[in-house]
Amino acid sequence: MDFTDIFSTALTQALGPNAIVYALAAIGLNIHFGYTGLLNFGQAGFMAVGAYGLAVTVVVAGLPFGVGLVMAFAAPLLLAVLLGFPTLRLRADYLAIATIATAEILRLVFGSVEMKDYFGGSNGLTGYSSVYKDLNPYSEGIDWGIVRYSRDDLWSVTVGWVLVALGCLIVFALMRSPWGRVLRSIREDEDAVRSLGKNVFAYKMQALILGGMFGGLAGLFLALKQSSVVPSDYSTNITFYAYTALLLGGAARVLGPVVGAIIFWFLLSGLGSFFGQATSGVDPLIPSWIMDDTQSSLVRFIITGLALMLLMIYRPQGIFGDRREIAIDGR
Amino acid sequence: MASRLMALLALVAASLVAVLLPLAAHAGTTSPSPSPSSSPSAESSASPGASPSGDAGAPQPTIGPDETGINVLLTDSSNLDSEGNGTPIPDVGLTVTDESDQEVGEGVTDAEGRAIIAVPAKGTYTVTLDEATLPEGVELDSDTPSSVTVVARLDGPNNFGAFPIGVVAADTATFADKLAAALVSGVKFGLIVALAALGLSLIFGATGLTNFSHGELITLGGISAYVANRTFGLPVIVAGIVAVVVCAAFGWAQDRALWRPLRARGTGLIAMMIVSIGFGLFLRSLYQYFFSSSTKSLSQYTSQARESYGPIALADKELAIILIALVAIAAVCVALMRTRLGKAMRAVSDNPALAASSGMRVDGVISYAWILGTALSGLSGVLLAINSQVNFLMGFKLLLLVFAAVTLGGLGTIWGALFGSMVIGLMVEVGPLFGVPSSIKEVGALVVLILILLIRPQGILGRRERIG
Repeated sequence: MDFTDIFSTALTQALGPNAIVYALAAIGLNIHFGYTGLLNFGQAGFMAVGAYGLAVTVVVAGLPFGVGLVMAFAAPLLLAVLLGFPTLRLRADYLAIATIATAEILRLVFGSVEMKDYFGGSNGLTGYSSVYKDLNPYSEGIDWGIVRYSRDDLWSVTVGWVLVALGCLIVFALMRSPWGRVLRSIREDEDAVRSLGKNVFAYKMQALILGGMFGGLAGLFLALKQSSVVPSDYSTNITFYAYTALLLGGAARVLGPVVGAIIFWFLLSGLGSFFGQATSGVDPLIPSWIMDDTQSSLVRFIITGLALMLLMIYRPQGIFGDRREIAIDGR
Repeated sequence: MASRLMALLALVAASLVAVLLPLAAHAGTTSPSPSPSSSPSAESSASPGASPSGDAGAPQPTIGPDETGINVLLTDSSNLDSEGNGTPIPDVGLTVTDESDQEVGEGVTDAEGRAIIAVPAKGTYTVTLDEATLPEGVELDSDTPSSVTVVARLDGPNNFGAFPIGVVAADTATFADKLAAALVSGVKFGLIVALAALGLSLIFGATGLTNFSHGELITLGGISAYVANRTFGLPVIVAGIVAVVVCAAFGWAQDRALWRPLRARGTGLIAMMIVSIGFGLFLRSLYQYFFSSSTKSLSQYTSQARESYGPIALADKELAIILIALVAIAAVCVALMRTRLGKAMRAVSDNPALAASSGMRVDGVISYAWILGTALSGLSGVLLAINSQVNFLMGFKLLLLVFAAVTLGGLGTIWGALFGSMVIGLMVEVGPLFGVPSSIKEVGALVVLILILLIRPQGILGRRERIG
């Protein structure tokens, strides 16, 4: 059992590109769920259209990288409008069902054989990220013992944390503004806000668009960091993990989703690495009749599910949240 | 009669999918871990093992130093399960010959219709199917070759190609035949969805909870049936009954241990919805842990020949599934309409506060709703397992269709759930005849879900109330 190795794997992942993807997605969910009380269970769909917006524009349509970036933000905006229009007037669980269904539709369509010419089928699309890779100023990766990044990852980590910082700044500024206060009052009591003459639907739509664009940004970053867009990366579970990260850090807090994503990935890869080590070798710590190699990678997901339940029951405000902020209920 | 039989057999297209896969060192004795689906589009890897963006630790087949293998999957594409995978055809002999017609290996497909045959080196090989070993009632179509050429390359773990042999048989069927077949499987699928939708509706009506872990209750039925059948050696019918009882017990237990305490704490519905997501994730990973991510079939009724009933052809098990589902649904409906408990359930669903103040034991009624709802979902899982196979994601994949059905009919109404399920079942199965790509036939049903929210959010049969 090499605890240094486990710790360094966990730390590398916690500060690495994967955590950044979840941090960006969770910032979007924070605007939806934490501040406005919208239940978007289709963040994976927003991520998918962001990523495919870039990849399809560059690879299939053959347009420049810059146009691809614009499309990566335009696509989630359009999706938010299309989704919000029928569902934002309805009860919260309808939005939940509609968004989860949309995310699933998108994933199935992107992965379908019939649309292979446009979306690359289940193998996805590659070959759009050379501009991004060429911008890389680093000549080699780093290995500080406790954190290790390859050259590509180091560049992604730099870009990613800058994006996360900008995102947090935007959320911080917006939520201090009158606009942000209206969003929070919508979460608390929609009818009261309506009676004050605010257009609740418009505010909800703006929140859905903004959060969706953060989702798109997460997808875009994922697409750039791994140089390929594969439909299976945008499964419904991604949304659920992002919710876990958000609730872990604390919803309705600017830094909640970021801290949550870091902790989530620290625990996820730490546990994965721990159980991986405990079950490998000739004389494993955990006998193989209890747990074999394949099973060891699943323990962390069992724990994730349990953690999401327990968090919501015992500490819905997460680590840094304020309990009063999250006293939402279905209306 | 003989010609009619031949036409039916032509429908039974056996598809031979040869999947090239680097052969793991142990793959000769055990089946490889993540079995690639028969059709490349059905990839749907919501498998949590691989989910967080390509993180290491996801099970991948390892590549032996110089080992190459041909992985053949033999499925009957005329008898698709809800995920669009064909039923596997076991015990079929296969021979592999190299370019100089020299025999280099042979194999027999296992219960999953899979055979892995090691070949000495990379190169071009011909896989030949021994038609005499095909089970009774399954024949290759006349214009289907019994052999396929496979080029063995070894580039990496994800390099596999699919070579279907006999999916062309549909050309011989007329549109009316195809429509009749699609309608029948639509009704069958709709009834399976209806059982689960009824369960969801009962629970929603009694507690107001949109239960995102409902799919896992369906899976529980399938897996319990599998365990009772394969591990304890019970016949499938007995195993099915055991599974439904297990599910009923689980329904009671989860209400008692989880949901009732939450209600007592005054947890909001939205919070409970998120708890149900966590619970679903927990159960799903637990199933994968103990059941593994492979797809397994029950010991009996795996592939049955279809018999002709006038314009339609049905296997005995399909007939049984339709009848069992109909009887169960009718029994539940009569119980809800006629018995005291049914009346109490409807009262609680209508107005829990009023029901409580009229002296009803609301918690007791909710407990019964959980028991009945989970048992119905379990039954739907059992029928799904008999119809096709058992997989840890079988219920999760059905969940959105169940939601679509319930929303379409009207959330919380019994008749609406039934009506919505039949519409969804028929749409999914008949859609491909009218141009919906068959690999994404569920998409149509989900699009309808969103359209219905736009036009008539309370559902077709829902009462008009304020839901916005």
